[in-house]
Amino acid sequence: MTSADAVRPSGSTEIERHQYDVVVIGAGGAGLRAVIEARERGLRVAVVTKSLFGKAHTVMAEGGCAAAMRNVNTKDSWQVHFGDTMRGGKFLNNWRMAELHAQEAPDRVWELETYGALFDRTKDGRISQRNFGGHTYPRLAHVGDRTGLEIIRTLQQKIVSLQQDDKRELGDYEARIKVFHECSITDLILDNGAIAGAFGYYRETGSFVLFEAPAVVLATGGIGKSFKVSSNSWEYTGDGHALALRAGSSLINMEFIQFHPTGMVWPLSVKGILVTEGVRGDGGVLKNSEGKRFMFDYIPEVFKGQYAETEEEADQWLKDNDSARRTPDLLPRDEVARAINSEVKAGRGTPHGGVYLDIASRMTPEEIKKRLPSMYHQFMELAEVDITKDEMEVGPTCHYVMGGIEVDPDTGGALTPGLFAAGECSGGMHGSNRLGGNSLSDLLVFGRRAGLGAADYVRALSNRPAVSDAAVEAATTSALAPFDPKPNAENPYTLHAELQETMNDLVGIIRKEAEIEQALAKLDEFKKRYANVVVDGGRIFNPGWHLAIDMRNMLLVSECVAKAALQRTESRGGHTRDDHPDMDANWRNTLLVCRTAPGQDPETEVPDVTVTPETQLPMRADLLATFELSELKKYYTAQELAEHPEWSS
Amino acid sequence: MSTYDANLRVWRGDPDGGGLHDYTVEVNDGEVVLDIIHRLQATQAGDLAVRWNCKAGKCGSCSAEINGRPRLMCMTRMSSFEPDETVTITPLRTFPVMRDLVTDVSFNYEKARQIPSFTPPKDLQPGEYRMQQEDVERSQEFRKCIECFLCQNVCHVVRDHEENKQNFAGPRFHMRIAELDMHPLDVVDRKNMAQEEFGLGYCNITKCCTEVCPEHIKITDNALIPMKERVADRKYDPIVWLGNKLFRR
Repeated sequence: MTSADAVRPSGSTEIERHQYDVVVIGAGGAGLRAVIEARERGLRVAVVTKSLFGKAHTVMAEGGCAAAMRNVNTKDSWQVHFGDTMRGGKFLNNWRMAELHAQEAPDRVWELETYGALFDRTKDGRISQRNFGGHTYPRLAHVGDRTGLEIIRTLQQKIVSLQQDDKRELGDYEARIKVFHECSITDLILDNGAIAGAFGYYRETGSFVLFEAPAVVLATGGIGKSFKVSSNSWEYTGDGHALALRAGSSLINMEFIQFHPTGMVWPLSVKGILVTEGVRGDGGVLKNSEGKRFMFDYIPEVFKGQYAETEEEADQWLKDNDSARRTPDLLPRDEVARAINSEVKAGRGTPHGGVYLDIASRMTPEEIKKRLPSMYHQFMELAEVDITKDEMEVGPTCHYVMGGIEVDPDTGGALTPGLFAAGECSGGMHGSNRLGGNSLSDLLVFGRRAGLGAADYVRALSNRPAVSDAAVEAATTSALAPFDPKPNAENPYTLHAELQETMNDLVGIIRKEAEIEQALAKLDEFKKRYANVVVDGGRIFNPGWHLAIDMRNMLLVSECVAKAALQRTESRGGHTRDDHPDMDANWRNTLLVCRTAPGQDPETEVPDVTVTPETQLPMRADLLATFELSELKKYYTAQELAEHPEWSS
Repeated sequence: MSTYDANLRVWRGDPDGGGLHDYTVEVNDGEVVLDIIHRLQATQAGDLAVRWNCKAGKCGSCSAEINGRPRLMCMTRMSSFEPDETVTITPLRTFPVMRDLVTDVSFNYEKARQIPSFTPPKDLQPGEYRMQQEDVERSQEFRKCIECFLCQNVCHVVRDHEENKQNFAGPRFHMRIAELDMHPLDVVDRKNMAQEEFGLGYCNITKCCTEVCPEHIKITDNALIPMKERVADRKYDPIVWLGNKLFRR
């Protein structure tokens, strides 16, 4: 009996065991799409989620799902979508992922209609598409401002429909897909370096569960709960990122964090809650305290010539995309977030430290309520602001991590054999900055590919890996550690609050070398204090214990963010260095790769990480040729462009 | 910024029993009930069980009864109470308690699984779906549902009548049947099953479900009553009746 067993007040020591072909961790868009794919290929799949089925963070996506379906403007194509994505990511994206994403997104959206999704329609009955930041043409399939909810519900209902098929065929709803809800995975179990299973606990009862499976798909979303001002829910604690690292896989691009330009800033208790980019897509404009539409002053060099330079031109574009250039209110998110930050710093902010977002003067109240019903509701109920009459106050909020698990673009396979990843917890697709609308499409395209990758992997295996008793025992001890009594007991809630402040203030939207170093020193201290975390109560639905376990992941991932942010001595996308304010072409193709440091105890819950610069594969020539040389020159070194067909001419 | 100490009364316990506990917790400007529960958790009751996710009224996880009214904790502002008023927070009554404010809502997932899924015409290919906005809007209203299950909780057919749970799907799932019945491309006839398998007849349109819906969906007027009318047309329409007599085997 371990010492932890002795103090554990309630909860079973029995370990429930299950055998599956594939275990998908996370039941958001990417996870559910992976489940559907693996099941359609005949495999038995478990889907494990920390919340209830259908509550995933995907519901928070508001604006839409980007796919070049050409329903609103026939000039669109996958090539244009690909180009916009690369531009948005400042050409650091994994170009193969961006290519697959742009090519396959339309099929993935149309497929949702066959599952029962009801998108808003065009006059001729097709799926309507709206404008969004960084997208050349109206491209986002949407349902008002609740697109994420529609997608999660649709995938949830598709899974139910597959379960109904299985019930008809095999007499059991759960013959091929079972949802394990309110269940957290604490460890991946390896056999000879390859995935053999996953170990976790039911949040409801605190009892342990072991999944024996040769393939695991990580679809755990982001890391925003390490930051104080965030649009993310409690689930976003970097679980997949941490599990992958500890299983020997690598993370890339962790320095790139997207601060969404428009989060609520008041009241304090809702600070950070998202205000959809759809407000600007539908004509809303940003203004400072002097009433000036300031975005015209912030068009960066690389985007000069692509955006409207006067209010008249911007408003003309809204009426007709083809006769004018787009409004700079819809520059990529990193640019808009920095602009807002600068306006507030210059003393032109609102009373609560944001800027104004005005839709009231741009649309009739009826139109606002119809097109942006959730926003109307959200401001009315939480801030007592009527957005059909008054301006909203908005400011940047931590929203999305571009960085994630390094995967093979075609299969979603991570470095660890049997481990796959999709969605926000994977890295590469969005480069240094994600375009709005590219997240929902990313989930669908790469969720499907990871499900397929896992299915192919499992089918090719000649024998199954085994889970050793020692590994299960170690995982059990580690999960119960927060119950062990310790001197100088730390409260997990206090430690979490301190971590959030540190990351927000020192590795936030604008970074400096000295501050990042300060953050790293703090993180070191937090790791030491973490060893003393003690939780009250028993194992049955105990949020203190849950947080104590999630803290490991947040600490590990925060170290990756801070270490990568310190190394990258330039500013690009979601990484802005006050002491290196310019984008540096020599950094463009360099990925900062995070791994656990060698020579550590493999049982360590929060291992040290190393960050190594590595060069990315150069873009395929036919894709490179889709860009004008004059544009590439803004991002690439001369040496890199020698291959371009226009170079010699 | 003004701050005061609120009197909070929170139900704590498990399936074996429990009771109301009194707490005094700080409240700041603009805060909602969920903020206060979180502060209570962080400072006085680290193991207080509560379910929540988005804290923005979009996921429907933090349902509870606040002073006896079914509400989302994240959308209930503390300013809607007097500072000296005691705010009582109890778990949803219709579902079995697991611990403190967390209930077992699996009843809802079981009902969801019994409703036949969306069934498009067999030969309709992806990308070829054509529907008019005005035709999808009726079902779109019902798809705003965040599955907070407050309507299921408040519905008197099941709230104090465990025995009805077997035969009655509840407002959320009758709305789901209506949504599919009104889907322009669904080919399944759902009228008989609504009545016979899912117990639509139990509903006597008291509109309690509509009143508590945080998404302001007109569940009764737009889903339940039209479904009842569709069922009635089918059952009592003399032409349908005659047709059935003449042409059925």
